[in-house]
This record gives sequence, C-alpha cells and structure tokens, in this order.
Amino acid sequence: MSEVLLRTRGLHVRFPARHGETARAVDGVDLEVRRGGVLALVGESGCGKTTLARTIMGLERPAEGEVVFEGEPLRYDGRFLRRYRGKVQMVFQDPMGSLNPRQTVYEAVAEGLRIQKLPGDETVRVSEALARAGLRPPERFVQLYPYELSGGQRQRVVIAGAMVLGPSLLVADEPVSSLDASVRGEILKLMLELVRDAGVTILVVTHDLGLAWNIADRIAVMYLGRIVEEGPTEELLSSPRHPYTRALLSVVPEAQEMEQQILQGEAPDPTRIPPGCRFHPRCPLVASGEAARLGIEERCRSEDLALRDVGHEHGAACYAVSA
Amino acid sequence: MIGLSILVAVVVMALLAPVISNEDELRAINTVDNPTWATPSEFPPLGTDSFGRSVWAQFVWGARVSLLVGLAATVIAIVIGSVVGILAGFYRGVGSAVLLRLTEWFLVIPFLPLAIVLAAILGPSVQNIILVIGVTSWPGTARVVRAQVLTLKERLYVERSRALGASNRHLMGRHILPNVSPIILANLTLTVPIAILSETTLSFLGLGDPTRASWGKMLDEAFSEGALTREAWWYFLPPGLGIMAVVLAFTLIGSALEEILDPRLRERRR
Amino acid sequence: MADPLLAVRDLHVTYRAEAGDVPAVRGVSFDLAPGETLGLAGESGCGKSTIAGALLRVLPRGTEVTGEVLLDGEDILEMKPGRLRAVRWTEVSIVFQGALHALNPVQRVGSQVAEAIEIHHPGTNATPRVAELFETVGLPARRTSEYPHQLSGGQRQRVLIALALSCNPRILIADEPTTALDVMVQAQVLELLERLQRELALSMIFITHDLSMLSHVCQRTVVMYAGRIVEEGPADEVFARARHPYTEALAGAFPLIGDQAYRMNPSGLAGDPPDPRALPSGCPFHPRCAVVQPECPGLDVELWPAGDGRRAACIHVLDATAR
Repeated sequence: MSEVLLRTRGLHVRFPARHGETARAVDGVDLEVRRGGVLALVGESGCGKTTLARTIMGLERPAEGEVVFEGEPLRYDGRFLRRYRGKVQMVFQDPMGSLNPRQTVYEAVAEGLRIQKLPGDETVRVSEALARAGLRPPERFVQLYPYELSGGQRQRVVIAGAMVLGPSLLVADEPVSSLDASVRGEILKLMLELVRDAGVTILVVTHDLGLAWNIADRIAVMYLGRIVEEGPTEELLSSPRHPYTRALLSVVPEAQEMEQQILQGEAPDPTRIPPGCRFHPRCPLVASGEAARLGIEERCRSEDLALRDVGHEHGAACYAVSA
Repeated sequence: MIGLSILVAVVVMALLAPVISNEDELRAINTVDNPTWATPSEFPPLGTDSFGRSVWAQFVWGARVSLLVGLAATVIAIVIGSVVGILAGFYRGVGSAVLLRLTEWFLVIPFLPLAIVLAAILGPSVQNIILVIGVTSWPGTARVVRAQVLTLKERLYVERSRALGASNRHLMGRHILPNVSPIILANLTLTVPIAILSETTLSFLGLGDPTRASWGKMLDEAFSEGALTREAWWYFLPPGLGIMAVVLAFTLIGSALEEILDPRLRERRR
Repeated sequence: MADPLLAVRDLHVTYRAEAGDVPAVRGVSFDLAPGETLGLAGESGCGKSTIAGALLRVLPRGTEVTGEVLLDGEDILEMKPGRLRAVRWTEVSIVFQGALHALNPVQRVGSQVAEAIEIHHPGTNATPRVAELFETVGLPARRTSEYPHQLSGGQRQRVLIALALSCNPRILIADEPTTALDVMVQAQVLELLERLQRELALSMIFITHDLSMLSHVCQRTVVMYAGRIVEEGPADEVFARARHPYTEALAGAFPLIGDQAYRMNPSGLAGDPPDPRALPSGCPFHPRCAVVQPECPGLDVELWPAGDGRRAACIHVLDATAR
C-alpha cells in the first residue's frame, strides 16, 4: 500500500444560500489520496465533488476540518498557498474558458513559471512541458492563440501549464466532458502517460463511471457532501455495496447487463440534507421493505454513519453491509 | 484607415495653424479694416464674421482648442474611471463599496451647474474646462469598467491563474486589464466626442476662454451675432462639420483599434 | 416492407454566410418506419441538428435546402406556408435540449405549452389539456404555474417533452434530450420517452453523440460525419461491431464497465471534426483515420453494403466483401 500523499480530515465546506439557509456542500469527508495512480471522485451534480476538489486546491476554505498534504496541514496565508500551488495543480473542465484568449500558448504555459519564479530556462521548460503534453513539435504551437487550436489541443495546453510546475498531485475537474466524445480518449491517454512517466498522482472529478472504469485505480462515490463508497475500481464497479452506487451503475448505458434501478425524484439540495443516512429517502432498500426486514430501517432514518469496511480497502456507508 | 486620415488631416491643420493662417486676424482690433460678414468669395477662404475676423483663422486655430480639450479631458476621465472601475470591481468589501458610492455620487452631479460653478470659482480658461469635463465624465467609464471586471473575475482562466499561485496584482495586470481594454477603448471613443461637444457647450455658454478661438465659441458667436438669420453659412457650417468629422474619426479609429488588439477578431479580418 | 412514414432523400443543406457557404448536410437519405426509433449519431459539426431543423423547415432564411423530405408521400420541402404551419408540431415536433434557453424565462411553463395548442386550435381552452400533458410526463399539474428557473434540469426536460407532445404528433425528434443531465435523471427521461413511444405509438428520431445510449434505445442507428452518413445498421450492432473507423472511435468513447478490454486503455481520435467549408479530399475522415489507405484521399466514398441491413462508407468494407 503506497503512502498517503494527501488526506482530508473531517472536512466541512459550507456556503450561504438563499433565505439565510446554509448549503453543506462538503459535509464531513475523510479522503485519502495515495501516491501514484488515479483516484476518481464520482457523483452527480450537487454532490459536492467540485467543491471538495477546489478545497483540496486551497481555492475554498473549510468551515471545519483540514486538508493535509505530505503530512503538513494547509495554511491559508499567501506565501504558503503559493508554495502549495507549486505542488498541487488543477485542470478545469472548460479548456476554452481556462485560457486567456489574449495570451499565446507560450504565455499560458509560462505564466505559472513566472508566478512561482522557478529557476531554469523558461523557454526550455515550456517546450518540454508542451512536448510532454503531446503537442509536438512545441515550436509549432508556442505562438498560436487558443482560438486557433482544437478542443483537445487546448486541454493539452492547460495540462502543460499545470505540469510545467512539476506538481505531485494533479486535480482534474471533468477534464474531458467539454470535449467531443471521440476526442476524449486522447486526453485520458495523456493523463495515464503522465502518471507513468512523470510520476504525478491524479485526482479526477467526474460524473462518468465509464471514465472511472477506463482510467482510475480507485473510486470514491459522493452523495450530498459525503463519500458513501470507496474502493478499488474493479471491485467497486463489479460488486458495488452501497445502494446508491448500485442504482447509479444500473442506469449507466455502458454497464454490462444489470437490472435498472431508476431512483425516483432528484437528489435534495445541500441545504436540506435528510437526517440519518442521507440517502434513505431514495434508497431502494428502504422503499422495498428490505431495510425493515434486515432490522436496520430505524437506524437508516435516524443515525448518520461513516464508511464501513467491506473488503480490501473497500468501504461503504450503509447499514446493510455486514459490519 | 478613413478615421485615421480624417484625424491626421485635422491635427495637421491645427498644428499648421500659424503657417496657413494669419493669427492677427483673430483679434478684432486688427481687423477693423476687414469687411464684416464677407462671404468666402469676397474674402477667401472662408469669409469674415461680424467683427471682420477671418473665419478661416478661427476655424484653424479653434481646432487646436477643441482637439486639446477633447483629448486631455478624455485622458483624465478614462484614467480615473478605469482605475476606479477595476479596483471597485475586483475587490469586495469596504474599499470597493466606498469607491462605488463615490462613483455614483459623481455620476449624479449634473454637468452644467457644476461646470458653471467651477468656471465661476476658477475663472474661465481652457485648463479649467478640461478639468471640469474630466471630473464629470469619469464615473461613466468607471461604471462600465466595473461591470465588465465583475464578469471577468469569474472567468475560468482567472481562476486557473489563481490556482497557479497568482497574486491579486498579477491577476489585475495580466488578465483583467487586457481583457477590459476593449471596453475602455470603446468608452474612449465615446468620451472624446462627448468631451469635444461639452467644450462646445461650455464655450457656447460663455464659460470658455474668451480670448481663444474654439469651434464652440464660433458656434456661440454665430448664434448670438445672428449668422443664422443672415444666412452666413460660412460661419457656422465649418465648425459644425469639423466637430462631426473629428467625432467620426475617433469612432472609426476606435473600432479599428479594437480589431487590431483582439486576436480573435484578427482572424476574421483575414 | 410497408411505406416509410418519413423518407428523406438526398438532403443537402447549405448555410449562407459572408465568409462563404457552409455545406452542413451533403446528401443524406434515410427512412423512418411507423413506430420505429431511429438514432442519429454524431458530434459537433456533423450536421445532425441541421437535419432536425431542415425537417421542420426552421432553418435561417436564405439557407439552401434541396432534396426531398416525404411525410407519408408529401414533400415537406415543397409545402406551401399554410400547409407547413399546419404540419409543424401536429405531425412532427422537436424536443430540444433542456437548457434554460429552450424555454422563455419570463413566461410560466404551463402557458408555454398552452401556446402550442392555441396556435393550432385557436379558441380552445388549453388548460385541461396542459394539465393532462404534465401528468403524462410525470409532473404534478400544479407546476404549470411555475417559471423555468424554478424547475430542475430534469423537470425542464419533461416540460419540453410535454410541449412536443401537445399537438399529438406522429413523429418526435429528440435533439440531445439528455445531454447535460445527470445519469439518474437521464435514465428517468429515457424511461419516460420509451413509455410514451409505446403508449402513443410514436415514431422517434433520437439525435445524440452517445452511441451506447442509442444502442439501448433505438432499433436502428445512422452515424454522421462531415455532413454525410458514414454508417448505418441495427443500433446494437453499430455500437458493438462498428464497420467504419469513425464509428469505432466514437464507440470507444463509451467504455463498457466490467469489460477488461477497456481497463487502463483509453483511445481517442486526434484533431477536430473538419470545417465544413474546408473538407478534406476524398473520404473526409482520412486525416484522422487509424487505418487509412493510400487510395482514401482520392476516393469518392459511398455507402457500401457491409452485412445484414448494414452499410458503411469505408474502403475496408469493399475489401471485405471482395474477398
């Protein structure tokens, strides 16, 4: 088991919402990101995965709890954050939006170097980063503007801009969902190459279970601000233990034959998190009476719970799994 | 291109004023011998006014004042307005709120009464006109710039830059300013004509410097000396057309500049 | 075989623009049988949304449209304005993508659906019918008085479906109806569409880039690239055993969960779909094709037979049948 690169402890992130209510976007997350490999943070919109990613990046401050990187908790003063950003970088969803339309490719990639005041020949480092991101030969691209590039190329520029700083962790928020479907594989392939060749660890945030199957070593499934299941990809996707994961998997068109469990309604918003197990109002086990038969229904409705061990490094937050 | 040529023509004309016209002809005491209200055919090239002063001389020398006021006042307004707009838009909190209130306060001050009061206190002069126009025009720019900065701040590439470790100063200089410059430019091309017209108004009301010719003053005197009833078109047409030409020139230059500076629009020009 | 309900013959659509004409659709022909669901697959710029617009003749004025669109033998492209307006919505309607801009943000959703009814049946009281439609799509009748921003993405999509059904059309065109929706909500909407299709005996044209979704929802799929059809056949066959290299690449973007072949093995196309104004010579896919042959840049591709009820516009199909 490889060492832990980044860890969140009891992380809570809250936002003020309308009418004086509070949205509990991240509601108690203990996440471990291990060095090397890819961790996929999976969930639907509103589950808090993007907020969690941004908090890990230091772009949001937690209301409670902490983010610990290489054993050191995050501090939120300017100097610490700048140093931190040299080690943890982010790739955003929209490649066109991530690039300043008035900056050339060169400037976009060099920006991080200049901000961080890293030593070395800037031109050389920029060319290397571009080449490693698959834009070869780099000279052909450095003077171009974002509008002259294809979607995939733009995302490569953004990746080059992040990797040029030599980070240990790359947080990718929906890195391919804005790209044409047939082009996505190229960027995913690049990400795997970076893990292999540059030794970077990747945390990818996505709603797409197929993507997780494609490139992730481990998956963490989020629902309403909590991680409800976490484990190695193959095990989690072939025998999911949490009812939410099972339902999600059953409706994905790409899943191998599974009976569809279409949940009713939509996830409640983060200002109205249900008591007890937050999934219980939509849980098929409760609805079908199975929870009552197992004698856990009372606890489902009233007692909140954390991840419970269900196998090697596989946990699910459900009373129905044998404790 | 057209805009630039018009502007260059006017500027050259203004600069060459001493060469192409006789300065003495501006002073009424020197022109006692000239015929009054002479038509251009009688007194080339543009005839005379009620004092026998050469209209051509007034037109050429007046161009200097109009251009000077137009540009100087605009520069003041744009610089103040942009700085305030960017700061007020980028930062949140007390400082920004104060700047916003200040902007609104100045925006509400009516132009003319302020101009009159200031002219009365400071005395009529070209510098004071520049000051008055600059001080009353910057809030317009500030409002527009601030609104743009508010949207720009949320752009993904600004967030990306922050993720790279950028400081606020870096963000404002590297990302906000270049992307807000089209709006500033657009505002500039709108403000110059307004400044020139404001100068015209002030001179028309007699608040300008009575010793210096300006297009506004020409229009003022044309009006008060009865050029309209006399059908002395050579007196009020040249300054009117002159103003129109300069305003048009700036508008054209403005859109051309925007095209040149924006890499995306550059593509479409090819 | 019985006469098709809708027969599109050699459709060409060219947009007029200052910078030059844009041939968005370049000779497309397909049939839609009564009660059939046909999938139209492709990515940005392939012309699929243009076809939807062409079928209802709602393309911008001045757009050149040639060919035939036969609805029960009557050519929609030749219809006089009066007949066309009568046909629009009552025979053929469209379900748009449910983003906020498909609905008027300052009008209540109920009255927007009522509008369609009132246009075609002036003077009738649309309210009971609107309530009925809302119930059909699974929305409580009381929501007719709400504004679009008060509804969730899935609910807005249902409103658009209700809108499309309001005049009892025979053909429903669904243009990316589930893109931008969460997986669970997507499943709900697809389930709804499937049920409606059965109960109302609708014929559907389903437009999307998600090839795997089409394989579950449609009987036949037609794949478009650069304004032409490059492959057609039974929906599940086209997805699982593609005969055209583009279809194969597109299918690869939807990894099958549980299939080891897709683990750590992302694959995608490089580059961008071609600009319709500057199409490559010969087969338009050749610059991005993994199995390109020397003849391809000069070859006039056609849809050649490629098996049972299948056709593909690729030289490799010819090789196979020749052997």
